[in-house]
Amino acid sequence: MIKTDILIIGAGPTGLFTVFEAGLLQLKCHLIDALPQPGGQCAEIYPKKPIYDIPAFPEVLAGDLVDNLMEQIKAFQPGFTLGERADTIEKQDDGSFIVTTNKGTQHQAPVVAIAGGLGSFEPRKPALENLAHFEDNGIAYMIKDPEVYRDKRVVIAGGGDSALDWSIFLTDVAAEVTLIHRRNEFRGALDSVEKVQHLKDLGKINLITPAEVTGLLGDDSLSGVRVKKTGEDEAFDLECDSFIPLFGLSPKLGPIADWGLEIEKNAIKVNNALDYQTNIPGIYAIGDVNTYPGKLKLILCGFHEATLMCQSAYQRIHPDKRYVMKYTTVGGVTGFDGSKKEAPKAVVKAID
Amino acid sequence: MADVKITITDRDGVAHEVDAPTDMNMNLMEVVRAYELAPEGTIGICGGMAMCASCQCYVESDHDLPEMSDDEDAMLAEAFHVQDNSRLGCQLHIHEDMDGLKVTLAPEE
Repeated sequence: MIKTDILIIGAGPTGLFTVFEAGLLQLKCHLIDALPQPGGQCAEIYPKKPIYDIPAFPEVLAGDLVDNLMEQIKAFQPGFTLGERADTIEKQDDGSFIVTTNKGTQHQAPVVAIAGGLGSFEPRKPALENLAHFEDNGIAYMIKDPEVYRDKRVVIAGGGDSALDWSIFLTDVAAEVTLIHRRNEFRGALDSVEKVQHLKDLGKINLITPAEVTGLLGDDSLSGVRVKKTGEDEAFDLECDSFIPLFGLSPKLGPIADWGLEIEKNAIKVNNALDYQTNIPGIYAIGDVNTYPGKLKLILCGFHEATLMCQSAYQRIHPDKRYVMKYTTVGGVTGFDGSKKEAPKAVVKAID
Repeated sequence: MADVKITITDRDGVAHEVDAPTDMNMNLMEVVRAYELAPEGTIGICGGMAMCASCQCYVESDHDLPEMSDDEDAMLAEAFHVQDNSRLGCQLHIHEDMDGLKVTLAPEE
């Protein structure tokens, strides 16, 4: 069981900055994120795109913003559970919460801060009949262990980097690799596109473009896919053992929607007059995941919400303590790692 | 500058004729959100970067629209329910030439 003061769900900019504000109050944080790296949308969707409305940053790349936040919170030694999705929450008799991920990792904290953005990123699934029936019976949306495909006939669909990269990788493992994409053009690193071209010329990748998988074949487990080439009337069947649609990720609110929280417009309702607490005391929602009158989904608003939320969390965790906010310029920043940053003292020297 | 009239058929098949401003730097996805023709969280998820397809729509009038950027083209290549007249609403900036435009929102993925 991982124990912490504030359990943050979502490691995007708002979740990361919460670690800093909590740290100033000597509260420890642990973050859960479904993605394998911190940064949320900034790292996953648009790391190379600029942002212009972060105060005092005339221009900053989303990826650099995440790097800076990671640097800023380093001294507060946050814990991370990455690549796992927060699935269930249970309130304990002592008022704390236990949050369990889809992989069974358990976390306990007196305060839970949901900074889940648009939700957890889930694979985009094509609309095919019997899709759910074949999931884990021949269909997978991500490749966890490539050995599973040793000597198997694999069909990959998609036109991005992951479709290209896995097609290349699996040529050394699988018996047959077929790559199907709706266009002749691929959107990926030039290097990967050229490699696929080369492997196609060698006959190691069976490339079918422009085409689409339109049906799934098999009884209990997948035995093939139906493929339709654009512009041709007849579809044809292609035998295979595995079908891996790689159409990227899209965010879904997911299991959080079933936690008994008040939801409006696919977001969690919070008390914005006070502390961004949800209808369940002890559970807060900050950043893009929350809603209130006048809500704006901006990173800078998430930072503000995180700051106020931490003050409320402090009162909740230490109801008997009195505290007044102190400027970092005055109080400095004392990390849990023993580091201390503070403003240099002015030197007093007489002038002759 | 004057507003233009755009007819947007929502995901329930209901047509709405709305006024879209040409001087607010708005795109079609934002017009749909401004008039709440699709629930928040189901459209414009990526914020308008052509990085999701939640604002996909089918263009049903024969307006001459600006050509697709590579980003839009690539996103539509991976989106679902794509037809020949598919566009991403977030990439269609409201312009005077769009008066009378008719679009239908693509189903939610």
